[in-house]
Amino acid sequence: MKKRTMETSLANHSGALIRSIERRLFLKQSLSLGALALLSGCELTDDEDVQSVLMGMSSWNDRVQGWLFNPNKLAPEYPESAITRPFPFNAYYGEDEVRLVDGKSYKLELSGQIREKKPWTLPELYALPQTSQITRHICIEGWSAIGKWSGVRFSDFLARIGADTTAKYIGFECADDYTTSIDMATALHPQTLLTFRFADQILPPKYGFPMKLRMPTKLGFKNPKHITAMEVTNEYPGGYWEDQGYNWYSGS
Amino acid sequence: MEAAQTQWVRVHPLVVRITHWINAFAILIMVASGWRIYNASPLFPFRIPNELTLGGWLAGALQWHFAAMWLLVLNGIVYVTYGAVSGHFRRKFFPLTPGAVFHDVREALRGKLAHEDLSVYNAAQRAAYLAIILCLVVLVFSGLAIWKPVQFQEIAGIMGGYEGARFLHFGAMALLVLIVLVHVVMVILVPRTFPTMFTGRARRAS
Repeated sequence: MKKRTMETSLANHSGALIRSIERRLFLKQSLSLGALALLSGCELTDDEDVQSVLMGMSSWNDRVQGWLFNPNKLAPEYPESAITRPFPFNAYYGEDEVRLVDGKSYKLELSGQIREKKPWTLPELYALPQTSQITRHICIEGWSAIGKWSGVRFSDFLARIGADTTAKYIGFECADDYTTSIDMATALHPQTLLTFRFADQILPPKYGFPMKLRMPTKLGFKNPKHITAMEVTNEYPGGYWEDQGYNWYSGS
Repeated sequence: MEAAQTQWVRVHPLVVRITHWINAFAILIMVASGWRIYNASPLFPFRIPNELTLGGWLAGALQWHFAAMWLLVLNGIVYVTYGAVSGHFRRKFFPLTPGAVFHDVREALRGKLAHEDLSVYNAAQRAAYLAIILCLVVLVFSGLAIWKPVQFQEIAGIMGGYEGARFLHFGAMALLVLIVLVHVVMVILVPRTFPTMFTGRARRAS
């Protein structure tokens, strides 16, 4: 009772004062918040205006990387002795969660601007002319490792299925629910291979059985594993990491 | 006729003042975001405390790094072009001899380096500022080699390839940060140099 009376009287007599104190407190809190935001890159990065500038710069960098990409420039190739053993496992999940794909029932689904959309079985894919490369896989985290991949040249496969190579993008869906997409120029690069073997062995599950698209001109996360479907399209398909803020082009 | 009570001496041209502060801002972003990127796959057995980094996580840090690189490079081109064409570099940084640098650094360490005319850099300053420019040039080119190890494989090649470029990039960053720390300490010790980087002028020592 007494407390309420006091509050009432305070409210009656010093409302303006309280408001002014509150205002000052609010100002002080805002200032500390501002200082905190400046100190903590996380909060600064979360700011909407900052985020839109950063995303805009990332799109600009996509375009610049497209201009810098030379379709005839080959990534360095290495001797067998340079291969990194053991080759590191990397995915958005741990090695104990690697998806096991049944090779017998497996089919590669095709969609979008493709003339022959008939799904491909593994024996059909293995029967295509194969080529090998020993190149450096560079992860967006900074580390790199050299591996040997073998498979069909992707540009040959695209020609075989009658893909519209004037389309902008190829999007990929994978058995581990991973998705990514690439530009057509990179898809047609001579070192872009649809690979079925790693170090001369059928791709083990941890390296992407039954197939990995290997592009030494792109960062590791752009090289999809366990591919189950691909689409040729002019509509930007995005991707698992790309949708979270990683640069889409991510070329090397 | 000008009043004779205060005589001003021009210390820093406007272009130098503007590019200096843009550069400081760009380097702050590049270093803080770069440290976060380093933490994703450290080259050495230590990590940078996350509180000192920018970006919140790897993707955020990369966004900052690859946005601020444009600011750093474009601003750097303006500064270097101005410095070379206007004669600023020739006037301010030269002549420069190892003996003079050694002498002035020793004097500075003993707290005895006189610095009356702020418009003239002593040999220690000349060496430090040139070293910063050199570090930044190395950082830009090693950065290009890391960003595009295939498209710019010739640049990566002279640095020992992609992995070599990573070490060079880190080393040039470490040297740059060290020189900038010394630079800031010197400004704190000789505080009257600080306003000149805004106003461009200083009172002539009588």
